[in-house]
Amino acid sequence: MKYIDEFRDRKVCEQLAKEISNRAIKKDITLMEVCGTHTMAIFRYGIKSFLPSNIALLSGPGCPVCVTPNSEIDKAIAFSRKEEVIITTFGDMFKVPGSRSTLAREKSLGSDIRIVYSPVDALKIAGENPDRIVIFLGIGFETTIPTVAATIKDAKNKKFKNFFVLCCHKLIPPAIKVVLESGEVLIDGFLLPGHVSIITGTGVYKFIAKNYNKGCVVSGFEPVDILQAILMLVKQINEDNYSVENQYTRSVKEEGNLYAKQLMNEVFEPVDSEWRGIGIIPGSGLKLKEKYSQFDANNISVKVEPVEENPECICGEILRGVKTPLDCSLFGVECLPENPKGPCMVSSEGTCAAFYKYGK
Amino acid sequence: MCLAVPMRLIEKEGKTGVAEISGVKREVRLDFFPEAEIGDYIIIHAGFAIQKLDEKEAEETLLLFKEMLEGVDDE
Amino acid sequence: MDTILLAHGSGGKMMHTLVKDVFVKEFDSSHLRKYEDSAVLEIIDKKIVFTTDSYVVDPIFFPGGDIGKLAVSGTINDISVMGAVPHFLSCGLILEEGFSAEELQKVIKSMKKSADESSCEIVTGDTKVVDKGKGDKIFINTSAIGTMIPDVSLSKKFIEPGDMILINGFIGDHGIAVLSKRKGMEFETSIKSDVQPLNKLIGDLLSNGLSVRFMRDPTRGGVATTLNEICDGMEFGIELIEEKIPVREGVKGFCEILGFDPLYVANEGKVIIVIKREDSDKALEIIKKFPEGRDADFIGEVTRENAGRVILRTIIGSHRIVDMLSGEQLPRIC
Ligand code: SF4
Repeated sequence: MKYIDEFRDRKVCEQLAKEISNRAIKKDITLMEVCGTHTMAIFRYGIKSFLPSNIALLSGPGCPVCVTPNSEIDKAIAFSRKEEVIITTFGDMFKVPGSRSTLAREKSLGSDIRIVYSPVDALKIAGENPDRIVIFLGIGFETTIPTVAATIKDAKNKKFKNFFVLCCHKLIPPAIKVVLESGEVLIDGFLLPGHVSIITGTGVYKFIAKNYNKGCVVSGFEPVDILQAILMLVKQINEDNYSVENQYTRSVKEEGNLYAKQLMNEVFEPVDSEWRGIGIIPGSGLKLKEKYSQFDANNISVKVEPVEENPECICGEILRGVKTPLDCSLFGVECLPENPKGPCMVSSEGTCAAFYKYGK
Repeated sequence: MCLAVPMRLIEKEGKTGVAEISGVKREVRLDFFPEAEIGDYIIIHAGFAIQKLDEKEAEETLLLFKEMLEGVDDE
Repeated sequence: MDTILLAHGSGGKMMHTLVKDVFVKEFDSSHLRKYEDSAVLEIIDKKIVFTTDSYVVDPIFFPGGDIGKLAVSGTINDISVMGAVPHFLSCGLILEEGFSAEELQKVIKSMKKSADESSCEIVTGDTKVVDKGKGDKIFINTSAIGTMIPDVSLSKKFIEPGDMILINGFIGDHGIAVLSKRKGMEFETSIKSDVQPLNKLIGDLLSNGLSVRFMRDPTRGGVATTLNEICDGMEFGIELIEEKIPVREGVKGFCEILGFDPLYVANEGKVIIVIKREDSDKALEIIKKFPEGRDADFIGEVTRENAGRVILRTIIGSHRIVDMLSGEQLPRIC
C-alpha cells in the first residue's frame, strides 16, 4: 500500500531506535501519546521494545469511546429502546457499557441498531426509512466532527425530518490543558495526534510549548512516524527548547484544513462537556448551532435512568495518566475484552484493551 | 483516535468521488478538499477526504530516512 | 413454484414435490432415491469420524461462493483436518417462508457440485419451513461421516518445539468477501471467498508418510484464534512471522480502512498444518501442487518459550502477543 508500507520499514525503525537510545540522556523521560490510535499502533508494533528503559510512554485522553461518560451512553441506550428509533453508530460505541447495558445488548433485545462506516451512510438509512427516526451517535474528535457537520448540512439541504445527531463530540486541546493543569503526572513531552491536527493545524498546541515548557511533536501513525516523533521529542528535551514540531508533514499543514474548520464552526458551537474520569471541561464539547438545532437528538424526549458508575473501574485515572490498568483490581479478572466493565477495555485503542491484548 | 488511510482518487464528480486502495473502492466525499484531482492521494476518514497527502513531503521524509541509513552503512 | 411457502414444510404433497423435484433430483443419490427415513451405509473395519455444523451467512450469495458451497466445504474440512476421508453428508434445511425457489435451486446445485468435487455423497436430508421473519432465507445444517486414514493419528500432544507451521494460502479472503457485500457497507472489492473443500489436498499430504502433527481449519476467529486454540494449555508456544503471513493486498487495504486485523478474519478454505521440521519442505512441495495450496507458505514455528501463547514477530522486528478474538471485529473510526 503506497505511503503506508514505506513507513513500516524495519531498518529505518531500528536506526531511529538506535538514535533515540543514543540521545536519551535524561534520567527519566515521560512522554504522553494523547491519541488512542497512537496507543494502538505502539502496542501493535511493539514500539516499547525499541525504546530504552528511561523512556516511558503514557496514554492520554484521546480515545473517544473511553472519554464518553456513562450519561451519554445511557442516553443513546434509552433512545434505542424507542420503537420508532434506528440508532446508527460507528462500531466503536457498540459494546461500550453504560450504567446498566450496552448497545450490543439492546440490539439482542430487539432494538434497531446499525453500524455504519460513515455518517453519510446513516443519512442514507434515514432516507430509506422515512417513517422511522434515525439517530446518529456523534462521537469523536476534530477529525470526525467535520464529517458529521457535513452530513448535518446535507440533511438540512435535503430537508430531512427524521435524521438526528446525539452530539457527544469532544475537543482535544482543552483536555490536554486539563492534564497539564492537574499536575498529577510529570510529562516531558507530547506525541500529538496527527489526524486531529490535519483539521486543526499545528497552531492549537502552541500553548503547551510556550506556557508549560513541554515538548510537542505532531506525529503520524506508522511505526516509523512514531519513532521519528519520539526522537524529535528527545531532542527538544535535551536542548530544553520547546516548540511545536511537525513530524507528519505529508498530511498535516500548519493552518489545518480551512474548509473543515469553517464547516465545523457553521454547524457547531463549543459547550462545556463531561469527560469520563475527568469531569466537566469548559468549552470541550460541541452542540448544534441554532440554525441546525432541528437535528439535535436532544429534541426528542426520552427518559434516561439515573447514572450509575462502577466504583472499581479506574478508567478515569488511567485516562489522566495517573494509573495504569495494572492498578485496577478488575483488570483481566472480571474485566475482559469479552466482558468489559469499563470503556477502556472496549475500544481496541482503550488502554486496558491494548494492555490486555498486546501487553499482559 | 482516528483511523485515516491514504487512498487514491480515481473518479470525481463535483463534491464526491471514488477512492481506491489496493483494489478496494469506496465512494468518498470531497467537501473538505474540493481541489482534489484524479490521481491524488487523499486521506480518508469516515468516508471523507480530510486532506491531500503531500507526495513531495512524503518523498522528502523517505529520502531523509534513506540518507540516514546510507550514512550508517558508510560508517 | 417461485417462493417457499409454509406448506413446503408441512409433510403434504407440496413437500413431496419439493423433495422429489429439487433435492432428490439434484443430489442424485441412490440412497435418497429409496425415500427411506435413514440412509443405510456400509463402512468396514475402519475408525469412523463424524461431525456436524450449521451454516448461516448474510448475504447467502457472495463473491466466490454461496451458503451451499460453504455448508458442504466447511463440514468436509472438519472431517479432513482430523486425518480422515469424508464419504457421506446429510443436509438439513431450514427455509424461511417466502424464500425464492430459484435461489434455493442455486444453493442445492452448488451443494451438489461441491460434494461431487470432493467425492462425497449427500445421502439423507430434511427440510423445515418457518414463518416469514422467523428465519433469514435459508439455514443449512450438514453432518458428515468419514473414515480415518490408516496409520494417521493427529493430535496437539504430538506437537514439539521446532515444528513448523504451514498454511495453504492467503488469509482473510472469506471474511472480507462476505463483509464487503453486506448491506450498508458500500465498498467495492474484487476479493473472493476462499471457500473450498480441502479433502484432496489433505488426503494427499497425509498419504505420504510425513510426520504431520496436527491440523485445524482457521474459520471464524481467523488464524489468530485457531493458533491460540492449538497452544492453549500446552507446554509449547507459537511464534508467527508477520511478513511471512500471506495476505492479499485487497484484504490488507480493506482491513486498513476499517481497522481490522487480518489475523482475526474468517477463512473457509484454509488449513493450518503443524509438521515436523525435517518433513516440512516436502510437505510444502506437495501442497503447492494443488490449486488450493498454490500460495502455501510457512508462517511460523513451535517454540519452547512462551508456552501456551502465540507471539508475533512484527514486520519491524519487535514482538507482541496475539490473543484470541473476543467478539466480532466491528468497523471503527478509531
Ligand atoms: S480494567 Fe476494566 S474496570 Fe479496570 S479500569 Fe480498565 S476498563 Fe475499567
